[in-house]
Amino acid sequence: MTDTQKTSLAGQLAARFGDTLAVTTVRNETVAELAAADLFAVATALRDEPAFRFSELIDLCGIDYLGYGQVEWDTETVSGTGFSRGVEGQAQGRFDWAGRPRGNGENQPRRFAAVIQLLSIEHNRRLRLRVFCEDDSLPVVPSLTSVWPGVNWFEREAFDLYGIIFDGHPDLRRILTDYGFVGHPFRKDFPLIGNVEVRYDPEQQRVIYEPVSIEPRVLVPRTIRDDADLMQARAEAADHWREN
Amino acid sequence: MQEIRNYTMNFGPQHPAAHGVLRLIMEMDGETIVRTDPHVGLLHRGTEKLAESKPFNQSIGYMDRLDYVSMMCNEHAYVRAIETLLGIEAPERAQYIRTMFDEITRILNHLMWIGSNALDLGAMAVILYAFREREELMDVYEAVSGARMHATYYRPGGVYRDLPEQMSKYRESPWHKGADLKRINSWREGSMLDFLDAFTADFPSKVDEYEELLTTNRIWKQRTVGIGVVSPELAQQWGMTGAMLRGSGVEWDLRKKQPYAKYAEMDFDIPVGVNGDCYDRYLVRVEEMRQSNRIIRQCVEWLRANPGPVMVKNFKVAPPSRVEMKQDMEALIHHFKLFTEGYCVPAGETYCAVEAPKGEFGCYLVSDGANKPFRVHLRAPGFAHLSSMDTIVRGHMLADVVAMIGTYDLVFGEVDR
Repeated sequence: MTDTQKTSLAGQLAARFGDTLAVTTVRNETVAELAAADLFAVATALRDEPAFRFSELIDLCGIDYLGYGQVEWDTETVSGTGFSRGVEGQAQGRFDWAGRPRGNGENQPRRFAAVIQLLSIEHNRRLRLRVFCEDDSLPVVPSLTSVWPGVNWFEREAFDLYGIIFDGHPDLRRILTDYGFVGHPFRKDFPLIGNVEVRYDPEQQRVIYEPVSIEPRVLVPRTIRDDADLMQARAEAADHWREN
Repeated sequence: MQEIRNYTMNFGPQHPAAHGVLRLIMEMDGETIVRTDPHVGLLHRGTEKLAESKPFNQSIGYMDRLDYVSMMCNEHAYVRAIETLLGIEAPERAQYIRTMFDEITRILNHLMWIGSNALDLGAMAVILYAFREREELMDVYEAVSGARMHATYYRPGGVYRDLPEQMSKYRESPWHKGADLKRINSWREGSMLDFLDAFTADFPSKVDEYEELLTTNRIWKQRTVGIGVVSPELAQQWGMTGAMLRGSGVEWDLRKKQPYAKYAEMDFDIPVGVNGDCYDRYLVRVEEMRQSNRIIRQCVEWLRANPGPVMVKNFKVAPPSRVEMKQDMEALIHHFKLFTEGYCVPAGETYCAVEAPKGEFGCYLVSDGANKPFRVHLRAPGFAHLSSMDTIVRGHMLADVVAMIGTYDLVFGEVDR
């Protein structure tokens, strides 16, 4: 191991935690992936041990990997169907609740993860942790509220928007959505148009909920291109991006 | 002895001191807070989900609407995240412009904060003075982007256009005429940089005016000294950043510690507090206005001396000029593709943060290689700060909750997203 590896965060993490963490460093950002079962012990160590001292949890958010890398606009082969291929598809904003995409069973990778951004004020370093949830139908991650109390609302938000359950959270209520909201709106299979709309009904003289009246519509199809210019940019990035 | 039970009180969501749509459910023992439960989300618009359904550039305007009193700082975080994944860097002049506008935004934000916070705590005059200077800086926003608030000025690869050569002038009207009109137009004879030069030369004396009204004001000190004390340990546990953390004596500022844009080249100081109470945070923010003023002056000086491009010459991410489009087929195609499809960002993820006026505003961006982001998460400082409300106000009086809401510098556009 060279000197820089020893002093780098990735090197220190590998030395301390071994196989518990899968550490990668991209563009000077260190990312560690770990199992939900190890999260609590690792988080406590990261906060307390002098080599790490991640005194602040900056952010925690949920993410749903359903449909990662899927496109609606094929650019490799020329299609004879014209633009109609761009207005069909399953991506966000194209479906209502009845037509929502459903997972295809066993061979699908795990969907939900919680992503945590840590900051060490003492060492002026950042670290990102990613914890995948084992079960897609009941995603569970241990709560970190006893390690960093400030994570409380971030966990509530991830629960609200993604339905990730934080085991041990003292007060896991919805936070951003409406009182009495049903569903987890940031999941990739939740329609962008939503399910209900709300209005004041002058006849009943109260606010009522109704099924949405708007139609799903997307103006720009989702596409993935491997542009030559961007590959050039990536090659340059490998050389001298962010030297300071 | 008569038994007195605690009672529950509702505060907001429509309340002038709630800074928007905050609803607090408070359990009170007489006038003392026993427990408080902030309800947020009344302004939730699903910005992050909306961003997933459109090309990258179309979401820049949404960023302005998050923290709608520090617009360009929000754009900066989002644009930096895209640039990091694309592997492009804005030209030097664009980076100076961004630095300058980040600081103009900081002054705009702190003026709003000082005015509304003083108003909440019973000092009517400050907001009137603060809005006088805010108006001038709003005009700068308008001159550079065409919009007074929601600018959409920062773009991946630079800024939308170079600084204007002319400042707009007031026309004669029933409200502005004669000597008054001449006075307000006297700064506006030259370019925008001339205007900023005049503004920044004058601004420290305006900050003195606000301080005159508040710093040694007995009522102001009674309402803020020793109220809402946050220890450095508590601040870190609750993920506080910005003035909330610096007010407690922790010298932490991303502009110094993890510099972005051109902050490494700037000469400025980081004010820190001692006691971590509302008064110290007030002093920190006032001093930040003076330091921002210094940074703007340095940027103005550099920008005067160094003309140059403000956008990368890469037609995959930045549109070609209108003139080029009229003559060059390639340019026309690039323009069409950019505005109908956008650009594809290489697969990867990044977290980019800026020192927004309220604290660390971060953007966690995940791309799967498509022309739309796969996941955008916006880390809003106000959200983390407000979550500590219950811990901090326990044992305080009801009126101190208002002081605390003010000192958090809350804006619900970013808390609820």
